[in-house]
Amino acid sequence: MAKEMIRIEKLNKSFGDLHVLKDVDLSVNESDVVCLIGSSGSGKSTLLRCMNFLEKKDNGKIIIEGEEITKEKHNINEVRQKVGMVFQHFYLFPHKTVLENIIEAPVMVKKIPKKQAIQEARDLLKKVDLSDKEDVYPSKLSGGQKQRVAIARALAMKPDIMLFDEPTSALDPELVGEVLATMKELAVEGMTMVIVTHEMGFAREVANKIVYMHEGTILEAADTQEFFSSPKDERTKAFLSATTIK
Amino acid sequence: MPSFSHFLSTLADTKGVFIDAMLLTLKLTVVSVLVGIVIGLFFALLKISRVKILGWISDAYVYLVRGTPLIVQIFILYFGMSGIFLIPDFWAAALALAFHNGAYIAEIFRGSIQSIDQGQMEAGRSLGMSRSLTMRRIILPQAFRRALPPLGNQFIIGLKDSSLAAFISMNELFNVATTLGSNNFDEMTFLLIVAVYYLILVAILTIVVNLIEKRLAKSDR
Ligand SMILES: Nc1ncnc2c1ncn2[C@@H]1O[C@H](COP(=O)(O)OP(=O)(O)OP(=O)(O)O)[C@@H](O)[C@H]1O
Ligand SMILES: [Mg+2]
Repeated sequence: MAKEMIRIEKLNKSFGDLHVLKDVDLSVNESDVVCLIGSSGSGKSTLLRCMNFLEKKDNGKIIIEGEEITKEKHNINEVRQKVGMVFQHFYLFPHKTVLENIIEAPVMVKKIPKKQAIQEARDLLKKVDLSDKEDVYPSKLSGGQKQRVAIARALAMKPDIMLFDEPTSALDPELVGEVLATMKELAVEGMTMVIVTHEMGFAREVANKIVYMHEGTILEAADTQEFFSSPKDERTKAFLSATTIK
Repeated sequence: MPSFSHFLSTLADTKGVFIDAMLLTLKLTVVSVLVGIVIGLFFALLKISRVKILGWISDAYVYLVRGTPLIVQIFILYFGMSGIFLIPDFWAAALALAFHNGAYIAEIFRGSIQSIDQGQMEAGRSLGMSRSLTMRRIILPQAFRRALPPLGNQFIIGLKDSSLAAFISMNELFNVATTLGSNNFDEMTFLLIVAVYYLILVAILTIVVNLIEKRLAKSDR
């Protein structure tokens, strides 16, 4: 049995009167690559953000590595160190160089000696193929480079889980590939990943599990093969035929 | 109107006393704006805190300062403070001006902090940084940069406002000008002279602010 990294039970979340997540259940095992797909407004981002406590759930359980996370028992800042997040719009720190972006949290939060943090940051930059950019400010980078720095920045905290919210949606088409390649490499190394994406090709190739959301519920969750070859729900079929034509 | 040559000769003759007064005006301005920055940052942080009462306190402060004339504030603080404890006139004036500048600077900081993309806070938090750490390391440095042009503007306003300290007998520029003017029955000449000194100070401040902005602009964008 693989280790269960994330387990979500009966999760509910509303924004005012808008019930965005309705009794959502989800399980993510170690080294799983789960792609969350679904139409706009179906609650994908909200679900992902709940996993990182950027949104406050109304009720339900969020269990990370076997422990139900509650405000009373846990320091959210410590839980977040285990769960990295990559945003659609990167959110690099514009007043810091690439290297400073990466070492900020390890040095300030984990209190890792600066020298060591720099060394680790350089290794990460090599990994995302940006070694020559360490002293550059984010404004000088292309979108694809920014997103790879953002991935390196999240990895610098050595998280057990990585969350991605449409990491390639803000990129020019010709830059999508380099970011997906970096993510694929992470997946191959065994990182546990939850990815909200519209890149069906990538989902098909890299994910081992697909979760399809519709109006705040998970309509279908299945192994990738099965999901694409024999979707069960009519709405899933409609969504798939609409997206694969594109 | 005085003749131009009379203006020039008076300007030259009173150089010494005006330069002293100019230095006092500058000192008063710099101290009151720097203390005002500390006060302003404090109230800006109160305003954006999630505790409602703190926000109200900040609102009340800004309302008090903006809702009353500066000269009234200076008199209240001057006579109020000197009634309670011994305080040098310079500090009474400087603190009154700082209290005033602080409210405007609080609004400058609040605006610049709120203008920083929400995503910056989320990015910091997602890395395990606390709210206050993210504020200090990520949000405030960016907000300061954005606040710089309006702060420079506030510096110039503060410089001119410091003339009101004349009314609590600070021998700053305006006081010296009016005193010399009435002693010599030559008000207009001295008013024109003091205007020149203010213009010189504003020119220097403008250059300094521009230099700082350029320096900061180089590091990003
Ligand atoms: N902070 C918020 N306040 C109010 N409503 C929100 C907020 N965030 C999201 N919503 C609403 O919740 C619903 C789900 O949003 P969510 O961002 O999770 O959808 P999504 O599946 O990620 O869509 P997309 O593909 O467009 O990113 C939407 O109707 C959205 O308008
Ligand atoms: Mg979304």
